[in-house]
Parts: sequence; C-alpha cells; structure tokens
Amino acid sequence: MDPQALLLSRIQFGFTISAHIIFPAFSIGSSAFVATLLVLWRRTGRDHYLRIARFWTKIFAVSFAMGVVSGIPLSYELGTNWSRYSLATGNVVGPLIGYEVLTAFFLESTFLGVMLFGWTRVPPWLHVTSAILVAIGTMISAFWILSANSWMQTPAGHIVQNGLAIPVDWFHVVFNPSFPYRFTHMLTAAYLTTSVVVLAAGARYLLEGKFQDEARTMLRMGVGMVAILGPAQLFFGDQHGLNTLEYQPAKVAAMEGHWENNGPAALVLFGIPDDDRELNQAEIAIPRLGSVILRHDPNGRYAGLKDFPKADRPPVLPVFFAFRIMVGIGVLLILLGLTGAFLWSRGKLFTTRWYLQAATYSWPIGFVAILAGWVTTEVGRQPYVAYGILRTEHALSPVGAGTVATSLTAFVLVYTVVFSIGIYYIRRLVLGGPKPAVVSPGALPQGLPNRPLSLGAQSHESASGQAPT
Amino acid sequence: MNPVHLSGSAYWLPVVATGVVGLAVAMYVILDGFDLGIGILFPFYPREADRDQVMNSVAPFWDGNETWLVLGGVWLLVAFPLAYSILTPALYVPIIAMLLALVFRGVAFEFRWVAKPHHRKWDIAFAAGSTVAAFAQGAMVGGILNGFRIEAGQFAGGPLDWLTPFSLMCGVGLIVGYALLGACWLVMKTSGDVEKSARRYARPLLLALLAFIVLISIWTPLRFERVAARWFSWPNMLYLSPVPLITAALAIACWRGLGERRPTIAFYSAVGLFIISFIGLAISTLPYLAPPSVTLWDAAASPQSQTFMLVGTTVLVPFVLGYTVFVYYTFRGKVHPGEGYH
Repeated sequence: MDPQALLLSRIQFGFTISAHIIFPAFSIGSSAFVATLLVLWRRTGRDHYLRIARFWTKIFAVSFAMGVVSGIPLSYELGTNWSRYSLATGNVVGPLIGYEVLTAFFLESTFLGVMLFGWTRVPPWLHVTSAILVAIGTMISAFWILSANSWMQTPAGHIVQNGLAIPVDWFHVVFNPSFPYRFTHMLTAAYLTTSVVVLAAGARYLLEGKFQDEARTMLRMGVGMVAILGPAQLFFGDQHGLNTLEYQPAKVAAMEGHWENNGPAALVLFGIPDDDRELNQAEIAIPRLGSVILRHDPNGRYAGLKDFPKADRPPVLPVFFAFRIMVGIGVLLILLGLTGAFLWSRGKLFTTRWYLQAATYSWPIGFVAILAGWVTTEVGRQPYVAYGILRTEHALSPVGAGTVATSLTAFVLVYTVVFSIGIYYIRRLVLGGPKPAVVSPGALPQGLPNRPLSLGAQSHESASGQAPT
Repeated sequence: MNPVHLSGSAYWLPVVATGVVGLAVAMYVILDGFDLGIGILFPFYPREADRDQVMNSVAPFWDGNETWLVLGGVWLLVAFPLAYSILTPALYVPIIAMLLALVFRGVAFEFRWVAKPHHRKWDIAFAAGSTVAAFAQGAMVGGILNGFRIEAGQFAGGPLDWLTPFSLMCGVGLIVGYALLGACWLVMKTSGDVEKSARRYARPLLLALLAFIVLISIWTPLRFERVAARWFSWPNMLYLSPVPLITAALAIACWRGLGERRPTIAFYSAVGLFIISFIGLAISTLPYLAPPSVTLWDAAASPQSQTFMLVGTTVLVPFVLGYTVFVYYTFRGKVHPGEGYH
C-alpha cells in the first residue's frame, strides 16, 4: 500500500463526492417542488403556478445535468481507486447500487426527457405524471444509495468469508440498523435545503418589487416548508445520533469531543481537539448536558475516545467541527422558518424588510450543512470504510501516487471550471426570474411542426426551405 | 478454476450473468453510440441553427442513454467483482479521461442554451467531450483484448499498459463507428441541410468503419493466439462463418438504405454492425473477462448476489425498456430547422 496514493485517493473521492452531493440534494428538492406546483396548477387553474413551475424546471434541469455528470465518476472510482473495496464488499454493495440504477436512474432520466421537452408533445396529465415520476425517481435513488452507505456504516445481513462480505439476508442488508435514520435525515435535508433556496429567491423578488404573485407564493411555500422541516430535522438528527451512539460509539465521541468516560458527560460547546495530547484545547463546556442529550439522563455515561485504541479512532478535529457547523446551521434554519411563520401569522411576511433581506442571504447555508453532515459521518467512521469489516487503507487499488495526483488535478480543474460556470448560470436564471408562459402545455394549436401528426404532410424540401429562426 | 469441474448453477449462473452484463454494454453502445456520434460530427456543422437542430435531435434522450453506461459498470461490479477490481485500475487513465470528457459533453446539453449567445465554448466542449469519450472507450476495448498483468488476483502492471498501437487503433475505430451511427441518426431524425450533410458524411464513414472491422479481424488473430485458435480451428470456422457474412449483409443494407432514402434501414443496419462486431469480440475473448487469466467463473460474485441481480433484471428491465420505448415514441419524427424544445 502506497500511503501517498491512499491520501490522494481519499482526497479525490472526498472532493468528487462532495461536489456531487450538492446537485442531487437540490434535484431531490426541486423536482418535488416542480411536481407540487404542476399539481397545484392543474387543480386550481391559476397560471402563476405554471410560470413558477416552468421557471424552476429550467433551474432543476441545469442542476440535474451537473448531478448526472458528477455522479457517473463515482460509480467508476469505486473500481479505479478502491478496487479492493469493490472486491471485499462488492457482493453486498454492488446489487444495492445496481437496484438504484434499475429502479431510479432510468426512471428519472427517461421521464426527465418528457418533463423538459414534452410540454407540447404529451397531454398535460401525462406531463404532470412525468414530473411526479422524476421526483419519485430521485427519492428512490436516495433510498438505495443511502442503504448502501448505511450498510458500510452499520453492516448487517452478511457473513465474512476469506475477507469478503457475502450477503445472507437481503432484507437485513437493505434495512440495516442506521438506514431508516440516515434516509430520513438526508431526504429531509434535501427538501429543507431546496425550500431555503426557494424562500431566498422569493424574498429577493419581493425586495426588488418584481414578479409579486410568483414571489409571494414562493415565499409562503418556502417559509411553510422550513418552519415544519427545520424542527422536524432536529428531532430526526437527534434520533440518528442515538442510533450512531449504539452502533458507532467512537464516532459520537469524536463528534462531541468526549475523551474520558469518567462520569456524567459535559456538552462541549467549543474546543480544539488535540489527537496527540488526547484533550480539547480552549474548551468551553456545560456540565452534564452531554449526558442529557445522548442518554436523556443527567447521570448517564457514554464511551469516550480513550475507551478505543488509538488505531481505531477517527481524526477528531474535522468530525468535531463539521458536526458543530451542521448543528449551528440547523439552528439558524429553525429560526428562519419559525420567524417567517410568526411574521406570516401577523400578516407581515411580505413587508418585513429585515427578514426578507436576511432570507436572501440564506440560500447556500443548507448546502453547507449537508456537506458538514457528510463530513461528520464519513470521517467519523474512519479508520474503516466498511465498519468493522474493511479499513480504508486496505481498500485502495494498486495504483501509483503519480497517477492519482494527475487525475485529482484534472478533477479539481474540470469541476472547478465547469461547476462554477454552472452555478453562475443558475444564479443568472434565478436573477432573471420567471418568464410569462409563452405556451401552456397541451394548448398548442394543431399544425406546428413539432406536432408529430402534421409531419406527414410536410415534405423535406419545404422544411429545408424554412429560414432558421 | 476450470469450468469443467463446475456443474449446475455454479456453471450456469455466471454464464447468464455474463449475458446480462453483455446486454447492458450492448444497449449502451447502441443508445449512446449515436448520441456521442452527433457530438463527433458537431464540427462538421459550422452553422448555429444546424447545431441547434443536431442537438435537439438527441436532447430528450441523452440522459437515459448514458444511464446504460452506469448500469454496465455497476453490473460488472455486481456480477464479477474480481473482474471489476482488476479491469478498472488497469484502465485507470482511459476511464478517468472518459468520465471527464462526459462531464463536458453532458453539461453542454443544458449550458449551451443557457449561455446563448455566448455558447461557443460549450460547442467545443460538446464536440471534444464526445470525441474523447468515444476514443477512450475504444482504447479500453483494445486494452482488455490485449490483457493485463495479473498477480494474486490483482492488476500488477503500470498505468499505461493499456496503451498500445492496437488499442489506439481501436480508439480511432470507435470514433469512426460512433460517427457513422450519429450520421445515420441525423439522416433519420433531422431535415433540411442537416439531413443532407449527414447523408454525405455517412457513406465514407461506413467505408472507414468497414476498413477498421477488417483491420481488427486480421490484427487480433495474428496478435493473439487464443483468438486465432477460437476462429480458425475446425469446426469453429464453420459455426462462426455466419459472422462475417452477416457483417457484409448489414454493410450492404446500410449503404443501400442511405442511397434509397430509407434512413430507418440505414440506421438499424449500422446498429446491427455494432451488435455483430460486439458478438465477434465476445467470441474472441470469452470466457476470459480479464484476459489472459481470469475467466467469468473465476470472477463470479457469490450466487446470492448474482441471483439477486438476475431477479431484479428479469422484473425491472422490461419496465425500463418499456418506458424507454415510450420516450422515443413520444419524440418520434424529424426535428426541423429552427425548431427547439427549449
């Protein structure tokens, strides 16, 4: 094993998967948002729902494309950089990803074509159905990939033979102990993050005095979602934490900066964990609160980092800080949602400028929380890649450091350029705002050239004579 | 492991799984081949309106097409983790090159419209990305045929072992082949000047592809003894004689379809050429998945994993094919100049 190739491969996978997760998180949320709007439009007949739906469809499409192209590399990196992982866990993890492709990827990518380009080609009900299927597809995709990830965190339903994990009970593999918690937590995070983006866009238009109808609907829907999902996420996160304490106690100890198991645990608000000296520098802590949160008992105790051999501990500092960033943003989002709901109940939501101003800046923080959450859970399960089965250092491919350094450089360059431009385009689309609907689906007059039935009558010659518009 | 010692499901399960993986790869080549092909032909359509039309002809499909690539890779992992864990590090460089190329061409589908009128860079990204992806895929096929140094069940060679004159030739051959598929697709799906140009490009591309097929058919048996033994021993020669005959028949059908203005026949004959070439490659290399030593039985996943995968395939693939057909049917007919979905 080449330690440099290991480090570079870890950086590369961390970089590519972090860049990726931003887009599917937004796709999960925005596809559900668009589907909801289209259903509202069909049921109420109010055109501004359609305008908002078309507007977010465009944004969704750009984000979805970036999600697709940044997702494909991950399925191949499992082999190029982590071939021993593939060999050791492929029997279990492989089929889960295979089912993701079969049940989710094809569903979303195929109906995406109808959703984006089928406005005038299919009847409105079929178009709405396609949008709903895309939204369901993104959810199914999350189901399988989080099942695979959760199995790596809390393996179950398998036996280990000659160093290879062999499945014995697929139900327990799929519904492994941490899966229900992780799935709920991540799906909620995706909807919450997208709701914040919608809320921020609505707030911006209101402040600028543009697209008032659309802006009010966006703001109401965004505030409503954040006010419900923010507090719900706190509860889901707490439950997930208790589950982690049961199955991955070293991770929780790192998240809490909890070294000694010598009595009721304090809650460390701030500190700089020091792996060598095995303590937190500059610590600020509240006695017993850690026990209350994790054991729901002021005298409760839980394992500290020193209970684990040094070789089995995760690096504490990144886990400790990433966890605090995630929780801190979670608290901000709860405040954003509840304040909005309060203003709404007083009839001041659309006129309270300080709130709208704060809201316009809130759009990226959900993404930061998602990334911080993933750093917490992924770094926190080190030194294992499949918990208790395979250490990360034993998962590496037989590749040289020079090769990985080259590919890492290429990934960083390409992703930075392409995805920065993509995010710039999304920003421009958002600033441009919803456009008046030129056509409403299904309402096109017969005889337009892309109506298939009118094709027969048109000869190639007359078509080629048309001036491009 | 010698397959002679295997019986029952231990023998058949990996064989069926090989068929399933082969099917996924074939579906990918068929569906994404023309999709990459139109990108390869993009520089030959300098006018913006023509480029819009070219791109619109595949815009609703590209994402579904590319999903077969993920399925092919993942199925190889599911059914043959050992082959996956040997081939992917061995093909590290072309795989990463392909993935990055696909990033450029994939985002171009959306970025190009959002960026207008400053979309030139995405035209270049689309064309270059498609071409590099095609080349890398061809080079991978060449590299796999070549075989790799395998020690103790692991790839034991260097990062550029795949790079040989043979694999470079395969890379160029696949660019030509995908370009032919792309040209036939455009003849079938577009109109006006775009269709006319595509018709002009298609026949030379067909001839060039045939030249590559002949070259590979001569080169592989000369270079690899196991390939020569497979094709040129008796009675294999008799059983395999339909392969070149079908190839010739498909080439003629494609040529005439282009001339007689029957674009559907031309396109499906070109697809047929790809399928028969793929079968030819399979005949040459099986039962080795990672030549020269790892067979499909050596590499097979646990029976539980292969069975779980085959159940999923049997139940779900008909649905996938069903709605794939639905989308192609929804967007049937030709795309006309100046017409866009956006």
